[in-house]
Amino acid sequence: MATPVLDKADSAPEPGFADSPYITVTFRIRRFNPEISAEAFWDDFQVEIDPKERVLDALHKIKWELDGSLTFRRSCAHGICGSDAMRINGKNRLACKTLIKDINPAKPITVEAIKGLTVLKDLVVDMDPFFQAYRDVMPFLITKDTNEPTRERLQTAEDRERFDDTTKCILCAACTSSCPVFWNDGQYFGPAAIVNAHRFIFDSRDEAGEQRLEILNDRDGVWRCRTTFNCTDACPRGIEITKAIQEVKRALITRRY
Amino acid sequence: MATTETTASGIGPVEGASQYSVDNPAPLIEAPRQRTKKSPKSTRGNFEMAAWLFMRLSGVVLVVLVIGHLLIQLVLDGGVSKIGFAFVAGRWASPFWQVWDLLMLWLAMLHGANGLRTVINDYAERANTRLWLKGLLYTATVFTILLGTLVIFTFDPNIR
Ligand code: HEM
Ligand code: SF4
Ligand code: FES
Repeated sequence: MATPVLDKADSAPEPGFADSPYITVTFRIRRFNPEISAEAFWDDFQVEIDPKERVLDALHKIKWELDGSLTFRRSCAHGICGSDAMRINGKNRLACKTLIKDINPAKPITVEAIKGLTVLKDLVVDMDPFFQAYRDVMPFLITKDTNEPTRERLQTAEDRERFDDTTKCILCAACTSSCPVFWNDGQYFGPAAIVNAHRFIFDSRDEAGEQRLEILNDRDGVWRCRTTFNCTDACPRGIEITKAIQEVKRALITRRY
Repeated sequence: MATTETTASGIGPVEGASQYSVDNPAPLIEAPRQRTKKSPKSTRGNFEMAAWLFMRLSGVVLVVLVIGHLLIQLVLDGGVSKIGFAFVAGRWASPFWQVWDLLMLWLAMLHGANGLRTVINDYAERANTRLWLKGLLYTATVFTILLGTLVIFTFDPNIR
């Protein structure tokens, strides 16, 4: 047996190749349809699926083959549009970036709408309060010169690096809807709005940092953050959100940014 | 498989027969937390920042005051059994310990009260519940601070 690899190839097919990769997974989905009942309920679906597929593939299979009334948002299916944040096994994730094999398919996998926002139907929530907070921090470049620029606004690599982390946000709301302070009354600006304010406050080309800091100095601004770190854990883009929030707090105290 | 058959409209039986119709519409879900006329206009100002800073600064000072206090009262010199009227009277004879206890009283009370204020803000859902809980909290805080201060300043070791 000097060459076990060759031997194996002769005798048996590659393990896991011939036998089906499909397993049966139970998806326990939180359903809600206000036209039928004011109560939400858990609905179980059994799906034959390759565990290397994603939760989004399972939701598609359910919607397309089992129950067409299952309602959820998705667009890009590749972790870039931010439409399919949901609470999977109690944790906020993107359904399109969560492999079934990574979340213990031996047990029923629970799928719910993200918390803290009104559920409209099944997994679809009303994102208006979330985007209201986003709009409130003025997430666009503001400069003092009134004239149209005649050339590109240049910036050093270090200046660009300063806010690189917070440019990665896809506005999926996984962070804000994982924050217990937001769950209570939804008035807190929330991590996502602060992340997107951070992106401009620390941009050397932007000149409205002072204004944005004032906005976040609100009663429901950065000071409501209790450093729970839920947002950092939830972010599918791996943004260091709690750190960004602390940097905004520090900028408010020292007025240096 | 949970549900496989579908109706003509493509709607699965999960939907069931609707209890609601055009004449009997489903209850409207109130859009929550929208910035309405009722939500307060300006909630800015530096109070929350000051409160946040105060929690960290008073915390640092409290580490020294509280641990020192616990050591003196409960650990050193025979521990808790030595505490009595005479022991307290002896310590309060010195202005140093008077100031220590006064500072500890004020800082701990304000720190604790502000901490509970954030807890109420984070957990009480209705405006009325908040109002009452905070009213209770502020009353208790003011009462304790005033009573404690009064005792420290008017303590009479010869009382009988
Ligand atoms: C021994 C030194 C102490 C230190 C270093 C300390 C530090 C802190 C800090 C930094 C916070 C803010 C937490 C946040 O904003 O998320 C806090 C919160 C709080 N502290 Fe203290 N503290 C101390 C003693 C005390 C004492 C003696 C009391 C009670 C009178 C107290 C009651 C509270 C309460 C009720 C909160 C709010 C809890 C929360 O926000 O979750 N602390 N403390
Ligand atoms: S910071 Fe992360 S979790 Fe929050 S909205 Fe942006 S991408 Fe989503
Ligand atoms: S569908 Fe676009 S992020 Fe998941």
